[in-house]
Amino acid sequence: MDDLYQEHILDHYQHPRHYGKLSGAKQSSDLANLSCGDGISVDVKLDDDGKIVDVAWEGSGCAISMASASVISEWAIGKTLAEVQGLTIEDISQKLGLKQISHSRIKCAYLFVHALQKVTDSKMTDSTQV
Amino acid sequence: MTSQNIRDQFPILNKKVHHLPLVYFDNAATTQKPQRVIDGIVEYYTNFNANIHRGVHVLAEESTSIWEQSRQEVASFFQADQQELIVTRNTTEALNILVRGWGEGNINEDDVVLVALSEHHSNFVPWQQLCLKKGAQFLTLPLAENGVINLAKTEQLFKQHKEHLRVVSLHHISNTLGTVTPIADVVQLLKDLDIREQVLLSVDVAQSAAHLPIHFHDSGVDAMAFSGHKMYAPMGVGGLFVTQKRLQEFEPVLFGGGMINTVMVDETTFASDTADRFTAGTPDVASLYGLAKACQFIKEVGWENIQKHEEELTQYALNQLHTFPEITVVGPQDVRDSQGNIVRLGSVAFLYDKVHAHDVAQILDRKGVAVRSGQHCTMPLHVSQGWMATTRASFAIYNTQSEVDVMIEALKDINTVFRRG
Repeated sequence: MDDLYQEHILDHYQHPRHYGKLSGAKQSSDLANLSCGDGISVDVKLDDDGKIVDVAWEGSGCAISMASASVISEWAIGKTLAEVQGLTIEDISQKLGLKQISHSRIKCAYLFVHALQKVTDSKMTDSTQV
Repeated sequence: MTSQNIRDQFPILNKKVHHLPLVYFDNAATTQKPQRVIDGIVEYYTNFNANIHRGVHVLAEESTSIWEQSRQEVASFFQADQQELIVTRNTTEALNILVRGWGEGNINEDDVVLVALSEHHSNFVPWQQLCLKKGAQFLTLPLAENGVINLAKTEQLFKQHKEHLRVVSLHHISNTLGTVTPIADVVQLLKDLDIREQVLLSVDVAQSAAHLPIHFHDSGVDAMAFSGHKMYAPMGVGGLFVTQKRLQEFEPVLFGGGMINTVMVDETTFASDTADRFTAGTPDVASLYGLAKACQFIKEVGWENIQKHEEELTQYALNQLHTFPEITVVGPQDVRDSQGNIVRLGSVAFLYDKVHAHDVAQILDRKGVAVRSGQHCTMPLHVSQGWMATTRASFAIYNTQSEVDVMIEALKDINTVFRRG
């Protein structure tokens, strides 16, 4: 069994990267995992090519959901929303330094990615409206 | 029956988790099954499997007889008449059948439906949705500071809504707080206000059926819902007890085979027998047989032994958890209040300062301790109290104080894992 609470994960949990809010023009979304009581809000700035130039998030939750948000937010800079959306659970596990994530913690690990996905969804709605 | 005798009847308790003995403290979610229940299912499918009723062959007769006898045993376990028992899949289905079968025809605009703030979603959402549909008022009973139902405020609400109050639907034991609702006091309040007949009083005994003796007739309530799998029986079987009087106001919810009397192209008449009228389609005979075996098991252990064991174990766990400065137990801090009444039993949920319940549960799992973490299907309660999520240890007849000690030792790992303290 992997040690879920290894140094890498604890470091990101206790010192989350890109934690906070962005000022100025941005896209935002909120997402809650109600069955766990986890919640996250994400701000993201995109360039003209749709690449993420800055991201910030705030939230509360378990070590896995918070560490995953921190790790993926670092990785996401310079990527498109579609690339973030394309992350599989295997990709997230690997970035967290785990061989695999148990079924019961998959939702935790995906919280941030799903929140970013909501940004994409709202962006698509916006462009449809335009 | 000694504690070891009881444990020996549950084969799964020999299982190793992460190479350590399993400490199963997730009994409020589902209890483990004694060998006789497991054997009962195998026995049914090995020797008796056939669809019940209207078959004249031997197997159909035997299967029908098992179904009928099991119904009788389950009803008498709850001190109810078998004509008052509607067999369901679980408590959730039982409560939905109550809301659909009785509520649809009896709740109107401006009627008032009251549930406790601490209800499981299964006793909350069906009534809430019915009220939204009917334009009725859906109100929640407030809790006292220690988490039990606030009787003074309950009386106040009863008086305030005396004219329109039609439903009071309460849990017996809260699945999150472990609190015991004083049902007899609620019945008395309704009688004192002379609205006992006007109000349908329903009690969800899912969490109490394995911990306290339930007497449907003596309780003075109209309806009672339970799940077999939380009282040592298989998953997939439970029931709804409804008094004969209220059954007169009840409409069938599920239509189809087995529940009809005559079917014509333009009209159908329904079976008058409760056992048939409310059970459409092929029921889970093997699971009901297993439930009857579970009832036998509980009776053999004896209520006196069960209550003594569970009170001692719950209090022991509370005492041990109180020694952690990081831990806040939710609900009453002791099993009995200052007057000596049992105010909580079976489940102990707690908050761990600055550590999410999932992480607490994960760290306990590493030592083989199975607990549940999250909101336990009581989101209104969690939100009202500002709890993100809680960790719940819930006990059964086979649990021991030394197992509580394993959990307590494992809880000491939390500070180590998170490099604190």
